[in-house]
Amino acid sequence: MSTHSTRLAARFMVAPSVLVLFIWMIVPLAMTAYFSFRLYRLLSPDRTGWVGFNNYVWFFNSPDFWLALTNTLLLVGGVLVITVVLGILIALLIDQPVKGQGVLRILVIAPFFVMPPVAASIWENLFMHPQNGLFAALARGLGGQPILFLEQHPLPSVIGIVAWEWLPFATLIFVTALQSLSSEQLEAAEMDGAGALSRFRYIILPHMTRAVTVVILIQTIFLLGIFGEIFTTTQGGPGSASTTLPYMIFKQAIVAKDIGRAAAGGIIAVILANIVAYFLMRGIGRHLDA
Amino acid sequence: MARAVSPRRMILTTLAAWTVALIIFFPVLWMILTSFKTEASAVASPPELLGASWTLENYVEVWARSDYPRFFWNSVVIAVGSTLLGLVIAIPSAWAMAFVPGKRTKDLLMWMLSTKMMPAVAVMVPIYLLFLQFGLLDTRIGLVLVLMLMNLPILIWMLYTYFKEIPAEILEAARMDGASLWNEILYVLTPMAIPGIASTMLLNIILAWNEAFWTIVLTTTKAAPLSAFIASFSAPQGLFYAKLSAASAMAILPILILGWFSQKQLVRGLTFGAVK
Repeated sequence: MSTHSTRLAARFMVAPSVLVLFIWMIVPLAMTAYFSFRLYRLLSPDRTGWVGFNNYVWFFNSPDFWLALTNTLLLVGGVLVITVVLGILIALLIDQPVKGQGVLRILVIAPFFVMPPVAASIWENLFMHPQNGLFAALARGLGGQPILFLEQHPLPSVIGIVAWEWLPFATLIFVTALQSLSSEQLEAAEMDGAGALSRFRYIILPHMTRAVTVVILIQTIFLLGIFGEIFTTTQGGPGSASTTLPYMIFKQAIVAKDIGRAAAGGIIAVILANIVAYFLMRGIGRHLDA
Repeated sequence: MARAVSPRRMILTTLAAWTVALIIFFPVLWMILTSFKTEASAVASPPELLGASWTLENYVEVWARSDYPRFFWNSVVIAVGSTLLGLVIAIPSAWAMAFVPGKRTKDLLMWMLSTKMMPAVAVMVPIYLLFLQFGLLDTRIGLVLVLMLMNLPILIWMLYTYFKEIPAEILEAARMDGASLWNEILYVLTPMAIPGIASTMLLNIILAWNEAFWTIVLTTTKAAPLSAFIASFSAPQGLFYAKLSAASAMAILPILILGWFSQKQLVRGLTFGAVK
């Protein structure tokens, strides 16, 4: 089999990617950890020094932090529930024999390829805008008042936009999973008198468990970092109503120019991500055949 | 799950499926329609469809702006550049892990995956300061580097799952015939690996093109790609709806086309091979 020289060559081939990923991970993280214990404001560069855990304390004492944490969890949870439930239903529907299936799938998958700022800007301007949006026109047409989506319901609006972007991904994976379901099994159940609901409950749903797990795991990784949609639409507002943890850290660094605090927030985000990642890796590890 | 169904049921499901698909696609469709309207027609209330005044003027105007072609070109350079650079690093690694697996290969792959879970904001400040230090802020090379690193784990994973499917017997046969390592890679593996590499490349270009965190944080004007440009398009207040739509349509069109070609690979790539 593989000779000594082949093994050596293989090591050399793996080395560059391990090296760059290690540097990419460890250097910035070490710097963030260092800054998080320092007084470091870009607006007053003369005053520096060690401040112990002050930056962390500031975060934990800030009501905005707890709001941002709640918002982050609501955003991730809300989008997951919407995309998984609707995704399964739509997958069941478009997996049926229908006319024009090819074009149909192309239409359904499209939102996933729309870059976040464009998706956010379409919804903000063309649909949710209180004067010129389509929803406002619809409300006026029905004799009602336009809903102030991003002004009064910022977080649900952002959740809606993000769910629209990720629904195709969930649907696509569920359709892929459905295609590997054997039709004999379903037909046998049908002949034995199992109704549509019990066929779904006892055959289709158990078959989909792996796909659902994978969708939840992968989406969580991406959803925890949602940024472009908020930046484009609400900028975290009004107030902090739609500020998530990533956005709050971004504001500390870019708007308040307080590097120390932003770094402390970054470390908190890493710890949270690790808690989530621990469960993710345990779940995903079983489903990946490496 | 293809099963024979009655024609009546076929019509009903077709109708239902098309309704759902059109609802999901509608925002994109509406944006494209708006991009062909005059500004006045774009904000008319009630919304105009058949009676709208259509024009190509928005596309002409947006493209004639001094900066739009530059944003577009930046997107191309950053997406393609980061993908090619990533492939140069990822292909040898994925090859080695797929064909010369060691005891720790699985751990190594999981570790690479875990780097994807590090929140970008956590390293935003150091990356920003390092970029400032080395003069990389608002440069295309800086973004190429960061996006390459960001997507490297996905590249390696995806290539790894493709390479795994190449039967090892073929390699052994080549070795028996006395092929050297490099001949083996060049004449046996490469031709078999090209479809997998192509799909990986496609998916990575899509991810890099649509990236909207680092592009916003690390650029201002010179190196800003389309994602940063659209994100900072200041509150149009209904004045530039048609032009904003035209700019957006041109920003997503290349990816929409690439994406439609790579649906299947998308599932595989983004689930790290767990769903094929």
